[in-house]
Amino acid sequence: MPQATGAKEIIKPENLVYKRTEVMTPNILHYCPGCGHGTVHRILAEVIEEEAIQSETIGVSPVGCSVLLYNYLDIDWQEAAHGRAPAVATAIKRLLPDKFVFTYQGDGDLAAIGTAETIHACNRGENIMIIFINNGIYGMTGGQMAPTTLPGMKSSTSPYGRDVKMMGNPVKMTDIVASLPGTYYVTRQSVHTPANVRKTKKAIRKAVQYQKLNKGTCFIEVVSNCPSGWKKTPVESNRWMEENMFPFYPLGDLKVPVE
Amino acid sequence: MEKELRLMKGNEAVAEAAIRAGADGYFGYPITPQSEVLEYLMEAKPHERTGMVVLQAESEVAAINMVYGGAACGKKVMTSSSSPGISLKQEGISYIAGAELPCLIVNVVRGGPGLGTIQPSQSDYFQATKGGGHGDYHLIVLAPSSVQEMADFVDLSFELAFKYRNPVMMLSDGAIGQMMEKVWLSPQKERSKTVPEWATTGKPPSRERVIITSLDLDPMAQEKFNEKLIAKYNEIREKEVRYEEFQCEDAEYLFVAYGTSARVCQKSIQIARAQGIKAGLLRPITLFPFPTDRINNLADSVKMMISVEMSAGQMVEDVMLASGGKVPVFHYGRLGGMVPEPEEVMDFLKKKIIGG
Repeated sequence: MPQATGAKEIIKPENLVYKRTEVMTPNILHYCPGCGHGTVHRILAEVIEEEAIQSETIGVSPVGCSVLLYNYLDIDWQEAAHGRAPAVATAIKRLLPDKFVFTYQGDGDLAAIGTAETIHACNRGENIMIIFINNGIYGMTGGQMAPTTLPGMKSSTSPYGRDVKMMGNPVKMTDIVASLPGTYYVTRQSVHTPANVRKTKKAIRKAVQYQKLNKGTCFIEVVSNCPSGWKKTPVESNRWMEENMFPFYPLGDLKVPVE
Repeated sequence: MEKELRLMKGNEAVAEAAIRAGADGYFGYPITPQSEVLEYLMEAKPHERTGMVVLQAESEVAAINMVYGGAACGKKVMTSSSSPGISLKQEGISYIAGAELPCLIVNVVRGGPGLGTIQPSQSDYFQATKGGGHGDYHLIVLAPSSVQEMADFVDLSFELAFKYRNPVMMLSDGAIGQMMEKVWLSPQKERSKTVPEWATTGKPPSRERVIITSLDLDPMAQEKFNEKLIAKYNEIREKEVRYEEFQCEDAEYLFVAYGTSARVCQKSIQIARAQGIKAGLLRPITLFPFPTDRINNLADSVKMMISVEMSAGQMVEDVMLASGGKVPVFHYGRLGGMVPEPEEVMDFLKKKIIGG
């Protein structure tokens, strides 16, 4: 039997192919196994590092699973009330127009309680980036029906499946904001495969660069899984997302800048 | 620079005073009877005068959260509204108090509950002085009784807000907001260039990141934070009580009234004195902190106190507590947007003197 190699023998400069970006703090993420939040946090942090804007960035965290986002990215943060992040970000950007300002919000925060703030910030064309994590469920409070829950989808408040006649239809907020004149770049991505992670990272990088142009709101939806809320393993949840979420929320750009 | 004399509405005076106080931002939403604040600011082009940001928000809810965002950047920011709009702002005000952010909220009070009336009232006293939103917190509450004070209290509000890192409410009413009086306006102050160390500005490598939040999931830590807030409120109670006395030296009957009611009471006192009745007035300028000690002292020398309010009896509870039970305390109020006449206040006093 060969001896197991110790960590000390492996961690050598010549073996180092990947490391945590300095913009991520060493705090341990509180997310469930298989959740997409950690991946989006990491690529956001990487873009902030690569674009050298750490000292220029002010983030606004939401209420929801990512309420503690300020524990993970080493930048200045404001924690907003539920749904109000775009209003908070509006004032930050208007008072500090040279800073890079973004919000990071889930579907309950952005597409239910914060609908007015989302639509009006986008309609005014505030020069902010909005990252919208859409997993079709209220994760933090234990898996209740969200504004984005699919027809027929089960949740703790739609235990027999979402009956659209009784509970209304899921809302495609990204389509709505793409129709507003104030948005400059609107895209829908995911982080469930390495290829998609790279695409999402590219979208975030574009939004950072576009914000310097003062052309309007950049809005990035990330269709995401919720293994705990969906009561599935991480692998099953990703498969379910591909088969059910993507047909309803198709990936790709909804609005790209016209050169 | 000299002060400038103008004839203005109270709402306009607040707006002009905000520009001159060097405010960085105003975020508002129209509602009667205070829409002149936003209208004046839009017309005055403060962006050209001082660089001040003025924005009409999509709702009172958005406006107060814009105030949160601006205040957390260390900026002098404010909003104004009237009663139903102030109710909508309460969530945001609670977060601002919980995150210990300085700001000014002007409430030009109208009668309620519900949509109520657009006429002046003082029925938001409880909401302003006892918390308003959820959780244990206090605003510093200033009660102007003239157009001049609506102007002067803008600067004072920002001073107190930044001194204590606490939201300040100017509790006015529809009468003072709408009426025109002469007002001496202070010279233009420069907008502040200093940034408080607690503000979000983007994190340079030289310091830790700033996190503005009102969240603490650890109950022991949250309790410690609550105790810190209590200590701050106690310091405010100790140092910031403001009031004005009117013919209290020999008064046998004391009116306690603020804002418009205080002006009515001054006239009632004139009528009373002409008839040989020694009446006086204590006008609280700060409603939080309340002039409890002074009222308690006056309870040793007067025979009776009457809290005159355009409400069903709100401040009267604080007057009763302050009096320590030494003298009878009554309430006289008009409701629904009605302003009391000096004579009817006088009649009420007379009735109480003869034991009615």
